[in-house]
Amino acid sequence: MTNPKPYLNPYLAGIGLGLVLLSAFVLMGRGLGASGAFTSVFTAGVNSVAPEHARANGLYRDYLNTPSGNPLKEWLVYEIAGVLVGGFVSGLLSRRIRGTVEKGPRFTVSGRLVYAFAGGLLLGFGSKVARGCTSGQALTGGALLSVGSWVFMIAVFASAYAAAFLFRRQWT
Amino acid sequence: MDMNAPLYQFGMFDLQTALFIAFLIGIGFGFFLEQAGFGSSMKLAGQFYFRDLTVFKVMFTAIITAMLGLFWLSKFGLVDLSLVRVLPTYLVPQLVGGIIFGVGFVMGGYCPGTCCVAAVTGRMDGWIHLLGMFAGIFIFAEAYPLISDWYSSTAMGEVTLSQLLNVAPGTMVFIVVVIALLGFAGAEYLEKIFNRPEEPA
Repeated sequence: MTNPKPYLNPYLAGIGLGLVLLSAFVLMGRGLGASGAFTSVFTAGVNSVAPEHARANGLYRDYLNTPSGNPLKEWLVYEIAGVLVGGFVSGLLSRRIRGTVEKGPRFTVSGRLVYAFAGGLLLGFGSKVARGCTSGQALTGGALLSVGSWVFMIAVFASAYAAAFLFRRQWT
Repeated sequence: MDMNAPLYQFGMFDLQTALFIAFLIGIGFGFFLEQAGFGSSMKLAGQFYFRDLTVFKVMFTAIITAMLGLFWLSKFGLVDLSLVRVLPTYLVPQLVGGIIFGVGFVMGGYCPGTCCVAAVTGRMDGWIHLLGMFAGIFIFAEAYPLISDWYSSTAMGEVTLSQLLNVAPGTMVFIVVVIALLGFAGAEYLEKIFNRPEEPA
């Protein structure tokens, strides 16, 4: 059994992420994102199952309307594909790939999976309402000093701290 | 010196190349997320119990790195800032979306980017979180016709903090750096207090 390597110093990891974001600004004139890619993938799925339904809905229509006409041929979809590869390579190099469910010692696996699903649902919905997530709004908009992005970021932290007591058993 | 960045905006490469660059940038993004420890929901959630403030430290270091880089590159005339897309502000939807997102974050333990890294490094809760996110997007999309008016309300355009507070961009950059540095000092202090081995296990 090999031991996982320690995580990178948070300030060094932050500089690394910041330079990745800066390279997106310089090369593309845009920043990073995540939730938008999932909306594109989901829209592509809806469009293949129920194309009339997709075209009748304003949100799906926006995501179908790409330069190539293919909802999957989107910048963020390719970027997220890279995230999957980069995360896997990093986990492999640092020996951190583990088939596991992460939770505090006092919490059940099934309870954790229910919370993971429900939390994902709220977060997916919230990121659509806010037009972006921690990548597209907090990191990217934060670095560009966008007012709405800073409002979003402060709201995320304030609300997560306020709700933390509800989920203490899961994490401690 | 000539401004010729953002390169894509100056037509230096086509869509195919842009998509390839997206993939490479994504690899860097995913790599540093995993290296920071963001493939672990226990580590991410530690932020909200003051146990481990890595989320704050990494996020704000990344923000000031990219912000300072962009500021100086534009000062030296290497990047035309008017061609870097600032996200438009919709005040109330972004506030409400952030509140919903925050509850989801501490409940599910991931955000949209980090759950990808968790999933590919074997975390089953990361995969389930990913499914939940699609469910949330589905609910939003189906509700969209009902809420689209509200969704586009309180529009303020592409407004920045320096415009809002009426200070020079350089001053605003300086203020954010000072706040971040104070925050880092506070984070180190909080971690020391909350990690004292005093709780009976």
